[in-house]
Amino acid sequence: MENEASAIALEARELTKIYRMGAVEVHALRGVDVDFREGELIVLLGPSGSGKSTLLNILGGLDTPTGGIVVFRGQPLTMDSERALNLYRRNHVGFVFQFYNLIPSLTARENVSLVTEIARNPMSPVEALSIVGLGDRVDHFPAQLSGGEQQRVAIARAIAKRPDLLLCDEPTGALDSKTGILVLEAILKINRELGTTTALITHNAVIAEIANRVLYFADGRIVETRQNAVQRAPGELAW
Amino acid sequence: MMSSLDRKLVRELWRLKAQVLAIALVIASGTALLIMALTTIEALEETTAAYYERTRFADVFAQAKRAPEHLSRDIADIPGVRLADTRIVEGAILDIPGFAEPVVAQLLSLPERGPELLNALVIRSGRLTDPTRPDEVVVSEPFAEAHELKPGDSFSAVLMGRKRTLHVVGTALSPEFVYAIAPGGLMPDDERFGVLWMGHDPLAAAFDLEASFNSVTLGLLPGADEKDIIRRLDGLLAPFGGIGAYGRADQTSNWFLESEIAQQKNMSQIMPTIFLAVAAFLTNMVIARLIETERHEIGLLKAFGYSNLAIGWHYAKMVLVIGTIGILIGSLLGAWLGHWNTELYTKFYRFPFLLYRPGPAGFVIAGAISLGAALAGSLAAVRRAVRLPPAEAMLPPSPPIYRRSWASRTALAGALDEPSRMIVRRIIRWPVRAFLASLGLAMSIAVLIMALQWVDAIDALAETAFERGQHQDATVAFNDLLPIHTAGDYEHLPGVLAVEPYRHASARISHGHLVEKQGIIGVPPGAILSPVFDVEGGRIDVPPGGLVLSRKLAELLHVSTGDTVGVELLEGRQARLSLPVAQVFETYLGTPAYMDMEALNRISGDGRVVSGLHFLVDARSRTSLLAKLKDIPNVAAILFRQAAIDTFYETMGETIFIFVGFFVAFSMTLSVGVTYNSIRIALSERARELATLRVLGFSRWEISYILLGEVGILTWIAIPLGAAIGYGLAWYMTSAFETELYRVPLVLRDATYGKAALIALAATLVCAALVRRRLDRLDLIAVLKTRE
Repeated sequence: MENEASAIALEARELTKIYRMGAVEVHALRGVDVDFREGELIVLLGPSGSGKSTLLNILGGLDTPTGGIVVFRGQPLTMDSERALNLYRRNHVGFVFQFYNLIPSLTARENVSLVTEIARNPMSPVEALSIVGLGDRVDHFPAQLSGGEQQRVAIARAIAKRPDLLLCDEPTGALDSKTGILVLEAILKINRELGTTTALITHNAVIAEIANRVLYFADGRIVETRQNAVQRAPGELAW
Repeated sequence: MMSSLDRKLVRELWRLKAQVLAIALVIASGTALLIMALTTIEALEETTAAYYERTRFADVFAQAKRAPEHLSRDIADIPGVRLADTRIVEGAILDIPGFAEPVVAQLLSLPERGPELLNALVIRSGRLTDPTRPDEVVVSEPFAEAHELKPGDSFSAVLMGRKRTLHVVGTALSPEFVYAIAPGGLMPDDERFGVLWMGHDPLAAAFDLEASFNSVTLGLLPGADEKDIIRRLDGLLAPFGGIGAYGRADQTSNWFLESEIAQQKNMSQIMPTIFLAVAAFLTNMVIARLIETERHEIGLLKAFGYSNLAIGWHYAKMVLVIGTIGILIGSLLGAWLGHWNTELYTKFYRFPFLLYRPGPAGFVIAGAISLGAALAGSLAAVRRAVRLPPAEAMLPPSPPIYRRSWASRTALAGALDEPSRMIVRRIIRWPVRAFLASLGLAMSIAVLIMALQWVDAIDALAETAFERGQHQDATVAFNDLLPIHTAGDYEHLPGVLAVEPYRHASARISHGHLVEKQGIIGVPPGAILSPVFDVEGGRIDVPPGGLVLSRKLAELLHVSTGDTVGVELLEGRQARLSLPVAQVFETYLGTPAYMDMEALNRISGDGRVVSGLHFLVDARSRTSLLAKLKDIPNVAAILFRQAAIDTFYETMGETIFIFVGFFVAFSMTLSVGVTYNSIRIALSERARELATLRVLGFSRWEISYILLGEVGILTWIAIPLGAAIGYGLAWYMTSAFETELYRVPLVLRDATYGKAALIALAATLVCAALVRRRLDRLDLIAVLKTRE
């Protein structure tokens, strides 16, 4: 759903991030400028350690940059306010992680409720689970679900609050290709149907085919940006 | 509707139930002890107050030789006196059928008509005496129980040298004998000491005290000046052989009872405080580590937009639940122990009823302290966890930086295999955490040592007081002072190997405004059977001039060797003079004062007299000697050293040692709680690492070694540390426990350290075995599949 005219949802300017690990300084981001448009699906591609996750974490308010700013819908994020970042995450951002990060002691429905209980205008947990095709597995505990199902619960959990931004860090990284496709389909469906601006990290160049735009990362910088002329459906992919 | 977060909490508590229980038990131990102590005090105080009130326990007591009955009006007229009750109090030796030793009895007169004005008896069985039947007596209940005496039984008694048969018509308890102790005794011995009440007239007739009295007790008006009344009463009784009136605080039974309550207060402040502090420290440590293992979930919750406060509250609830379980268990246990403990006291302190109605204060105090400690522990850990940005919190902590230190270049390090190197490196890498874990264990060992120290201390006390300090087999106290040549008569009794006289004089010893009513014991030169005995220096020769004071008495009077004290004898000519303090010595029991016997006789002006005799007896002739003693007139009391030792251990066995038993049990709970949690947390921290090693081909035993080896080393470090802290706690406790009644010596046998160490090791082994089972079930695939 690419639309050159659509507004900019999120912009980052001059982002840098330096981690200090003992005596060593690691430059995870070395000045990144990026714009996400409303409803856009962006894939971030690059080898490990190239800065993709760091960028996503900073854009989602999970981490703070060493330098630079992030502007969400015209408002700069107050990076030194724990509270402001927390509200930003709570009200606008949904996360999907590589390793699902479900709470093992809660069922699928309860894992989703964990987020809907504190959201402003959430959908019901069952509705969210239905969107990802798990309407019949709501009372299963994570241990009773397959990896793909677990990841779809994680997606349901991320979208149940109707986030403005859906940030997915290697959502298919731990899954086989068949399951991975199911998960990508769920993400795409949300991007299309809810118009959620979505960013997705992957190692897998094939997955980039589903995006509107692909950002190539290397050594803490965006080295190349590619606009996909055609978005392919996940079902057409193979890896 | 329960929120998802709460549901998570409930399920996780259930999953961690073993750890939750272990922490809850640690909290419960501290809580239970504090509640036990607090409610016991409350019950003893309430029971005592109610008993004294209901039976009109007197406020002032005085004895005289023989005062005319009409003096009672003058006494009643002293301003501030509400009631004055005159009576006769005498001693007698009883011959109880089936009991070889002579029994010492105190005889008290009952009014001929009407109820007792003060110190009313509580009849437990039978009835009061009938004025028309002179040989009837009411006996004290504990004494009746010890000899299985019932109304209708009889025994013979020597009253003023005349043998009589007395008939038991009732048993009773009296507020004057809550703690029934023979004159000169230290512990109640219900077999060898009894209290008898007789009609006034028959008792007066038996002791030639018609129209006279030799004891008076007073009930005072509220706000009356006790000191002034005592002074006036002394003035009235002085011409009639008064030996100094005293207030309720100095009444023997009440003094012991008050000391016991004071002791309990001390105990409630010191032992449970130490215990609760240790429990709090352990709870704090364990909960902090538990929350550290939740770091990933905290990051996740933050990523969802949960505020720090909400996350903090979530973990606070977890702690509250654990704490509440602990406090509930502790409260139930504490209330039960408190009731049980109070009942135990009523074996030695005889009350006709027991008020155990614990108020909320004890529970609230104990609960608040325990919860506060647990919450404080979680607060710091949660704060650490929420301070991390969520992205970082969700990552596993970056691999810790290890360095090759000087230690790893030594020859010893070269000899270590890789698993041992892992253990040592972990300890060196996190020295603070290792130290805290060790300290936790050390604290439980220390508390154990502190508890076990009691057994050593009591043994040392008994050994010093009864075996090293005294060598007589029996002591006879006379009704009156007798000429010293009387001693010669006793030397010829069957089985008597040696006789040593002593003199006792009631006195007030003063220094400046400080006054202590303290009898002075006169010791003959070269005394060997019952000498003045310093706990360290041994036997002390009493110098011919001056007093030898026990250290505690010297402290009470603020004097030291070379100072001069005022001495006011409360008998004979009531001499007042100043005497130098010749020496101060240490004793564990009481606050005695000694002087040379001849010097004491000289200042009292009584001539060469004795109060009683110490005997060394040939064991083979003991029976015939006992039979003889039962018939000797003038004997007020007979004390047997062996019986004193036996009752001492019996009493201690039933109070202190049981108490120690609790502490040992609670200390073990502490060590198990700490060890189990340390190992379980270590396991959850290292499950991945251990599973990886298993995949690499390490055996179960090898990974168990890696996990448990660390705990093993920390336990070994904890033992000497615990011994040192335990010594410190024992020192603190013994110095804080010092009372006028006794001092607990600081004695710690090597075996005590050994026992504590063994118990700690056993706790570690049990916990290690429990966790080892989990290691066997480690799911290699699942562990490796979970997040990096």
